[in-house]
Order: sequence, then C-alpha cells, then structure tokens
Amino acid sequence: MKVRVLVSLKPGVLDPQGRAVHHALEGLGFEGVTDARVGRTIDLELADGTTDEMLGRMCEKLLANTVIENYRIEKLDR
Amino acid sequence: MSFRSAVVTFPGSNCDRDMAVAIERAAGTAPIRVWHGDTDLPDRLDFIALPGGFSYGDYLRSGAMAANSPIMRSVKSAAQRGVPVLGVCNGFQVLTEAGLLPGALMRNASQNFICRTVTLKVENARSLFTAGYRAGEEIRIPVAHHDGNYFADDETLDLIEGEGRVAFRYVENCNGSRRDIAGVLNEAGNVLGMMPHPERAVDPAHGGTDGSTLFDHALKALADA
Repeated sequence: MKVRVLVSLKPGVLDPQGRAVHHALEGLGFEGVTDARVGRTIDLELADGTTDEMLGRMCEKLLANTVIENYRIEKLDR
Repeated sequence: MSFRSAVVTFPGSNCDRDMAVAIERAAGTAPIRVWHGDTDLPDRLDFIALPGGFSYGDYLRSGAMAANSPIMRSVKSAAQRGVPVLGVCNGFQVLTEAGLLPGALMRNASQNFICRTVTLKVENARSLFTAGYRAGEEIRIPVAHHDGNYFADDETLDLIEGEGRVAFRYVENCNGSRRDIAGVLNEAGNVLGMMPHPERAVDPAHGGTDGSTLFDHALKALADA
C-alpha cells in the first residue's frame, strides 16, 4: 500500500521559505502570485493491513510537528 | 555524595565537548558522556545537558529524530522525576520535539544562519538555572543557529508568560521568535531550553563570561542539595 503524507505549515504560521519563494517568483516577473507556502511530501510503502489509526499516529508522533504543522494523508494506489 | 551529570551526544552534536568543559569548570567533576543509542542513563544523575549541533543532520525537522532516539526515553522519564535538564540550541529543539517544553523552533525569519553574540534580558531570575542573575539583568551570550525562531500559539504564550516560564528574551529579536523568547522553562522549572549558548561564554578567552553564572549557580545549588 502506497501512501503520501503532505505536511504543511498551519495557516497563520510565518513561512519564511514560502515568502522567499514568493519574492523570487515576483522577481522573475510572474505576476498574480498572492502567496506561496512550502511544505513537505513523505511517501510511505506500508504493509497491507496498516490501519488508518496507525498511520495517524505516525504523523502525530514523527512526520508532522502538530504545534506548527498540519498533515494530510493521500492513499496512492486505490 | 559527589555531583553527577551527563552530556548526551547525538550523531551530529558539535557542542557536546564545550558543554562538558563548562560543566566541569563549574562542578569540578567531569560529566559522564552518554551516546544517543544508549537506552539507560547513568544512575543518580543530578544534571543532564543536551548540547547544540545538528543531530541527525536536522533530517525531517531540527531535533525531530533525536527526540525519538533511544536515550531520550530515559531523559524524558528523568525530567519527569525532576532531574534538571538543560537543552542548548539543538538541545532546545530536541526538548520541544520531545514534548518536554512547549512550542517549536522554526527557520529564522530572515532565512539566514545567525552566528553572533546577542544581548539577552533575564526574565525569570528565580529558577534553578537563572537564580545567579538579577531579574531584568542584560547578559551577552553567543547564538549560532538557523532554526531558532520560537513559535507557540497565543494561548500557550499567555500561559507560559503568566507562569513566569520565559527565562530569557532577546533585547533585539534576531530570529523572529514570538515575543522575543530566547529561553523557556517547563512547568516544574527543572527543564530549561535556550537557543543562545551559555557554554560558549564561560572563559575570558571566549570574549565574555556571562554564561558561567548559569553553570556556577545551578551546579553549586545542585551539589549542595
């Protein structure tokens, strides 16, 4: 089972990297970019039978820091 | 009984020796060096230090991997029993990732790595670690970090401020930290995390000795206890 975990900074948390990317896009002349946020993708290969509950705990305990980050889980091969 | 302390080394720690030297200067006895893969801390510890560096190459998030290393289970239970724990720089990041301190340390707002001596204001001069200073005293301590931008939500910040758990504040905010916070205590007051490096200000040759007050006072208080 393939699973993709998308980790992003919570709304309202300052993202200096995203801001730098935003400025760089503007510097390249791309107009109309109103915001940029940088996140992280973690692809996992999981044994069949790995429960959503276990996956949730992986995210909460390690993959995301829920003080500053949200996460979203996408199942890739269904 | 003699004073017993430990310094934990993770792969990628680089201030562990400086920390050990600062502790030995203040305590008169060298700390026991502990490796991240050890599962148990030495018995009867009076003090544990988590040093600065780039543990596990800052993979995933600074401090995230170290917070889940074998030795940290023992550090957590020691902290919960009341053993004093000092985390400096990467050690602070590890303590927040391990849930021993509130908040998180994010990339500096400027995106730059900052390496210079900054002025801190001592906010809480009643804790084990800070009682050698006067409340409101300004001290000069070096910082050297990329991820020192302290973040916690408003509710958490109000709580820790209300409980006097902000130990140090930057006089000039160098990294974007919310409310200029440079160092935070846990609820019981036995765990301190701080981004600036007191162990790099314990010898006149360092350019300043304002950090030695922290070690001298805390370790003397512990040795006398």
